[in-house]
Amino acid sequence: MRRKSFADRIRTCAVWSLLMFLVLPALVAIPVSLTPKRFLSFPSSELSLRHFETLINSSQWISSFFQSATIAGATALLSTIFGTLCAVGLWRVSSKMGETVRAFLLLPLIIPQIISAMAFYHLWIPLGILDSYPGLILAHTILATPMVLITVSASLANFDPKLEQASRNLGASTMTTLWMVILPSIKPGVWAGALFAFILSWDEIVVTLFISRFSVYTLPRRMWNGIRENTDPTVASAAVVLIVLTALAFVSYELIIRKRQRSA
Amino acid sequence: MILPFLAVIAGFYIYPIANVLWLSVVEPEPGLGNYAALFDTESLRRIILTTIRICVVTTFFSVLFGYTIAYAMVHMDQRKQNLMLALVLVSFWISILVRTFSWLMLLGHNGLLNNGLQAIGVINEPIAFVRNELGVLIGMIHYMIPYAVLPLLVNMRNLDMRVMRASQNLGATGTQTFLRVYLPMTIPGIVASTILVFILSLGFYVTPAILGGGKVLMIAEYISVQILITLKWGTAAMLATLMLFGVLGMLYVMSRFMKLSAVFGGGR
Repeated sequence: MRRKSFADRIRTCAVWSLLMFLVLPALVAIPVSLTPKRFLSFPSSELSLRHFETLINSSQWISSFFQSATIAGATALLSTIFGTLCAVGLWRVSSKMGETVRAFLLLPLIIPQIISAMAFYHLWIPLGILDSYPGLILAHTILATPMVLITVSASLANFDPKLEQASRNLGASTMTTLWMVILPSIKPGVWAGALFAFILSWDEIVVTLFISRFSVYTLPRRMWNGIRENTDPTVASAAVVLIVLTALAFVSYELIIRKRQRSA
Repeated sequence: MILPFLAVIAGFYIYPIANVLWLSVVEPEPGLGNYAALFDTESLRRIILTTIRICVVTTFFSVLFGYTIAYAMVHMDQRKQNLMLALVLVSFWISILVRTFSWLMLLGHNGLLNNGLQAIGVINEPIAFVRNELGVLIGMIHYMIPYAVLPLLVNMRNLDMRVMRASQNLGATGTQTFLRVYLPMTIPGIVASTILVFILSLGFYVTPAILGGGKVLMIAEYISVQILITLKWGTAAMLATLMLFGVLGMLYVMSRFMKLSAVFGGGR
């Protein structure tokens, strides 16, 4: 091991400050949410939880919270089913044709969200599902399924195809093989995909701005308005709640990953 | 097994996108009028130039910082590497709205930065960090760095480190080894993360709209105004078409350098 030179130390310092630049700014919402004042500001002498109180007593914020949870839950369920089926289907064909189909299925992840938003808006009007739960869930499912496809495909890469053949040779049907043999061994990938899909929908704003109006008002949409009005500190306490939830989601994701590594 | 989603995506996604692209040549009247407007409308040209300028600067700094982080990461011991990756992923996961809001609080007229600088007497008047390109750039670079790190990390982890030792044994200095051996070997990673960040920046909506405060108009925000407020589908569709073909063109270039699945597979 060679000794650390002065330049090495500067480099290490630079990297850690870059990482701090990545993480710390988001935490600014925490002090802002604790201000005792009625407008967005930093607390000077005393701290107060009044804006958290406003948040949990506000029927609007609470309703947005549940709407987002419903939409994200339905999205996670649907896109996990679609995405897992696609991943297993593509894994079995694994040909040149399959790769083209895969690229096609990944398009919603690649095409800029603003273009997806235009497309959904344009079609949802004649279908009459603008500003409705089915409309939002369908749009979010289309955007989230590629994420599931990716995570499940990664899991399948470690799955031995001979196990599937064995199951078939022993007389199991396609469905039984999928349910009893393939699914149990790719579970971590499926759960990670479901989590990603949930977060994508939970956090989605661009498409949501286009296809929701009054009757459906998700949490990101309410935050968007709060940030644009730029006055009410309740939005800061909502941001803090989101940071805490993100931290929880991250920890559960890490646990899934550990499990996957152990089982692999 | 693939068919259900294939049908959904074809009917509810590709079909309306094709429709929107079609609108660019038939709205408000058939012809290439929307595209001709590019040449004789000053404001359209300015929006496209602003978007490209911001994307180029964002991409440059995100890849530069991303490279620094990824390079340091692969040279750390496992424990520090995990910690660094966790920090990158946490920032990757925090809601874009939360982050943009935080930047607004930090950089605003009465933000932490301006108040701090005024308190220690560095400046007398608040500096305008937001509602201009500077604010948009800070917010976007902050958002894009994790996207730049991940493909570079995939690339660097697959390098054969023996080549570097060979170079040093043959008498090359550290700098020489880096510039003439390491850097060329990471070019696929650099290209992949450059294109990925550029594509994401091109259609970026949230950060420019909030930190730009209406003063910095990029294509995505302009499209939303055209559709939701002024109802000019033709112009919006024309811009979307240009953006889409730009993105697909860049992806084609990228696919020649790297397996796309390696990039979109993310960090692990």
